[in-house]
Amino acid sequence: MKVAFTVSGGDLAAPLDSRFGRAPKFLVYDLDRETFEVVDNRQSLDAAQGAGIQSAETVARLGAKALVTGHCGPKAFRVLRAAGIRIHYAGEGTVAEALARYRAGELPEAQTADVEGHWT
Amino acid sequence: MILAIASGKGGTGKTTVSVNLARAFDSEIQLLDCDVEEPNDHLFLKGEPTGREIIGIPVPEVDEALCDGCGECGRFCEYHAIVSFGTTPLVFPEMCHGCGGCTMVCPVKAIRETARPIGAVETRRARNVTLVQGRLDIGAAMAPPLIHAVKARLRKDLPAILDAPPGTSCPVIATLRGADLVLLVTEPTPFGLHDLTLAVEMVRELGIPFGVVVNRVGIGDDRVHRYCGQRHIPILLEIPDDRRIAEACSRGSLIVEALPEYRGLFRSLVEKTMFRTNPKEA
Repeated sequence: MKVAFTVSGGDLAAPLDSRFGRAPKFLVYDLDRETFEVVDNRQSLDAAQGAGIQSAETVARLGAKALVTGHCGPKAFRVLRAAGIRIHYAGEGTVAEALARYRAGELPEAQTADVEGHWT
Repeated sequence: MILAIASGKGGTGKTTVSVNLARAFDSEIQLLDCDVEEPNDHLFLKGEPTGREIIGIPVPEVDEALCDGCGECGRFCEYHAIVSFGTTPLVFPEMCHGCGGCTMVCPVKAIRETARPIGAVETRRARNVTLVQGRLDIGAAMAPPLIHAVKARLRKDLPAILDAPPGTSCPVIATLRGADLVLLVTEPTPFGLHDLTLAVEMVRELGIPFGVVVNRVGIGDDRVHRYCGQRHIPILLEIPDDRRIAEACSRGSLIVEALPEYRGLFRSLVEKTMFRTNPKEA
């Protein structure tokens, strides 16, 4: 199973980026193979509108079944849910730390969006 | 003759010029308030409302029984207003620009369009002026479809003045397209000049003849005049910085009625713009 993390850096030591729709990159970690890939989210970052929807489509296309991020707006939340992706909110820290907490079951699944649209 | 009143900067006097020009025209004329986010020509032209029509844009509605989840609609939509993951698509009406593309690409014809209201077109009659104004709903994101609905009321057999929104983006372009002549209203300040240069680039891009109105002459500096002189841009009207004008405007009065000595000034602008035989000479 794959888990997507929002990041601005390019490895597990990079801090988790709190934004979802306008996250600079996604780090997609494969729990079965213990490997990861980093995918640029420039297209959504530069989008005039609909960044959250577009980012959710990207994460779905990457095959992730869970997302760990700081915050998620209402439209992105709807799309992620429709794509069958579980959303987990994590505070500050590196991707490695967030991954460890995810594995330990310390990041409960979010039931609602936690910010308004156009949140920065 | 369609004359559009625009400006880069807000607050330079587009509405003031529009309403006074319309009244000074004397005979039958149409005034279209295309500043649909904040229409205020009606504050100066008192008259009887004659109509109101709700305007909507077409947004998709998916028939779940017909949809096979192929995802063509979502791949087509540039604005992510419709999203599909092999299931019935999600629709975000507030993102939709109403282009109708998803309806056209759907292979099983599962999408039909319903109207989503974005505002209203209101008309009123104020002596020689037929005022048509758009009023965008609060929170509605797209002004151009409503501006097009306002302009659809334009009668070809009568002259018209279009009061544009400020700036140089889509709502302004939607207003100016099809105009015979554009007046760019500015003020003689560094801010006025900066935004005037943007507006000049815009009308040059659109290829519409244009001239400048300098409002509140006496404040600021002479850079707007120098700029227009160097580029051979005609200054068609100069309105002096007169406290009585500001007072009349603050009461919702027309300058040409409250201060009759200025009537000639606006009448001269009517002659220079509305009765020109060759618009290319601007």
